[in-house]
Amino acid sequence: MIRLLLAGAVLFAWMAASADAAETKVVYLRAMEAKARLSLIEIPPDDNGLAGARLAIDDNNTTGRFLNQQFSLEDVRVLPGDDPAAAITTLAERGVALIIADLPADPLLKAADAGRNLLFFNVTAIDDRLREEECRGNVIHVAATRSMLADALAQYLVWKQWRRWFLIVGSHSEDRLYGDALRRSAKRFGARIVQEKVFEDTGGARRTDSGIAQIQRQLPVFTQGASGYDVLVAADESEVFAAYLPYRTWDPRPVAGSSGLIPTTWDASHDQWGAVQLQNRFMKMFGRRMTARDMQAWSAVRMIGEAASRTRSFDPRTLLDFLRGPDFALAAFKGQRLTLRDWNLQLRQPILLSDGRMVVSVSPQEGFLHQVSELDTLGMDRPETKCRLN
Amino acid sequence: MPTIRRARLLGIGLLGIGLLVLAQAQASAFTAYVSNEKSNTISVVDIDKLTVVRTIKVGQRPRGIELTKDGKFILVAVGDDDTIQMIDTSTYEIAATLPSGPDPELFTQDPTGKVLYVANENDNTVTIIDMEKRTRIGEVQVGVEPEGMGISPDGKMLVNTSETTNMAHFIDTETRQIVANVLVDARPRFAAFKRDGSELWVSSEIGGTVSVIDPVKHEVTAKITFEIPGLRKEAIQAVGINITNDGRIAFVALGPANRVAVIDAATHVVQKYLLVGQRVWHMAFTPDEKYLLTTNGVSNDVSIIDVGSLKVIKTIQVGELPWGVAISRQ
Repeated sequence: MIRLLLAGAVLFAWMAASADAAETKVVYLRAMEAKARLSLIEIPPDDNGLAGARLAIDDNNTTGRFLNQQFSLEDVRVLPGDDPAAAITTLAERGVALIIADLPADPLLKAADAGRNLLFFNVTAIDDRLREEECRGNVIHVAATRSMLADALAQYLVWKQWRRWFLIVGSHSEDRLYGDALRRSAKRFGARIVQEKVFEDTGGARRTDSGIAQIQRQLPVFTQGASGYDVLVAADESEVFAAYLPYRTWDPRPVAGSSGLIPTTWDASHDQWGAVQLQNRFMKMFGRRMTARDMQAWSAVRMIGEAASRTRSFDPRTLLDFLRGPDFALAAFKGQRLTLRDWNLQLRQPILLSDGRMVVSVSPQEGFLHQVSELDTLGMDRPETKCRLN
Repeated sequence: MPTIRRARLLGIGLLGIGLLVLAQAQASAFTAYVSNEKSNTISVVDIDKLTVVRTIKVGQRPRGIELTKDGKFILVAVGDDDTIQMIDTSTYEIAATLPSGPDPELFTQDPTGKVLYVANENDNTVTIIDMEKRTRIGEVQVGVEPEGMGISPDGKMLVNTSETTNMAHFIDTETRQIVANVLVDARPRFAAFKRDGSELWVSSEIGGTVSVIDPVKHEVTAKITFEIPGLRKEAIQAVGINITNDGRIAFVALGPANRVAVIDAATHVVQKYLLVGQRVWHMAFTPDEKYLLTTNGVSNDVSIIDVGSLKVIKTIQVGELPWGVAISRQ
């Protein structure tokens, strides 16, 4: 009897609370990622991405306070190699409908297909195929694609008149995909690949004592004898060699791509367009600098907050309709509004070019024009898309 | 009414440059102060001569700038020094600093000039300062990244815009409580009341619109959008708003569109776009409303708009990245 009364009281309290404020839970679903990095300072923190989502939940709740909307975040982890479908089914049964997906491409597709009524925000996978032949109507892509990153870099190199490229591509499949994207960009914007080489990953540790002595001997020889080039462009997502290239090339040439001048959606040094406010808020809350993954997760949760405040709804279908419609604009400290490409649900965004210490430039570059949005000069455009959304 | 204005415009147009020169000669001596965000200076512009006559060194990252109601001091928010400096307009010396709270950007004074309200971007607060004692007397918690500050002509209602929350917060200046929140488009930058208090205008930088709000009902009653042939939507970013005292013409600075929109403030219809310098943000009228000065950040200059003829008549080089402007009677 007492238990029944208690349950009744709890139910009443819950109903009273829900009459006051509508609440929704956002799940941050992540696979534990590999942390191998050549540079010690680039090893990602444990809460990489998650921290950005947490800050955005706070920001959403500050707005929500005035609109009686409340947001909460739950961190759900799956092991690498696990099928996330089971986790999605459980979450769906619990009534969760909004997922920030920090997953590689294949697990993301499995998750999306297991939860067709859920709305996913891809904050990690940069694979173009997820927005093209394997696009899904319930997956919004906040992370930029390889082709967007490559185009952003290419526009700047062409603007700089560094049109002759020496391309070095790693031997892993992602490296090859990035290499393909860079080749496409070169062709698109009028650069020429005058020399190309593959850097074979023969295994071995990334951290060794006194290994630096060998690297200094190997890299100049590896880059020796290239025909006349302006800039060395490296495609090394696997973190095997690119970080070793600057200052070690046979010819004195700048490095770009996976090292040197790097295209990215965010950099801890970015301070334009009010960004310093976000950087300060992040630093204050987490005691570390904000990464690109953090920014993508922040943007995703802010998109949810923005759509919820405009539609006064948490329904995933309603949010999606708003986000892909003409009234959506995300302010994300990049000097202009971010919107969704309605044909494949990719977030349009400027791309920063960072040297690791400062933002050197922001693409699209001046003069690269487009009939709809200059941001569509970055990545696959509507006429070339292979995506067919239902 | 529109007929009368048109006649006036036509008249000025016909009389042309001769009248313009005459009018300039008759104008009383006004002085404009332009904050240069990058140079850490204020450029002093003589409005009769339309030239920079002096440069004042101030603290780091000067942005929001106003004159005290008695005209004795320039108030300039120097964000990276976490203070507002008071500069004596007779000596151009820094006379005092105000406890503005961290990273002040924009601020507004109540109509009596006794109270100053400051937006603190990093702290989600509005700081309230007693201008006589020069002490902090309170604060109000608002949305994320407070920026724009406007006050109703009777001083009873303070409006703050928060850039990431995308709202205009209405704050009762007596109780210092938020009484209403109005959702506007993305990244609201600036708030301005009509002189008769009938309308509040809020610009949205990323949204690229101006929301016209009924300050009594707290409702958006009209939304002004901008379309400029040859410019993408993303380049049109509304920032500064200045409305003439008679409430008839409004000017809205459009940032990287490098233009100022001229709007019929009664009908909310855009009349024309004036090409100014690059990345135009804030503006100020001369006290006689003959001229409107605009700060053009990227081209390091100030455009002078003749309000009567609605033409840009001159561009003046100032310091690096001019941000705000205030104009005095001296």
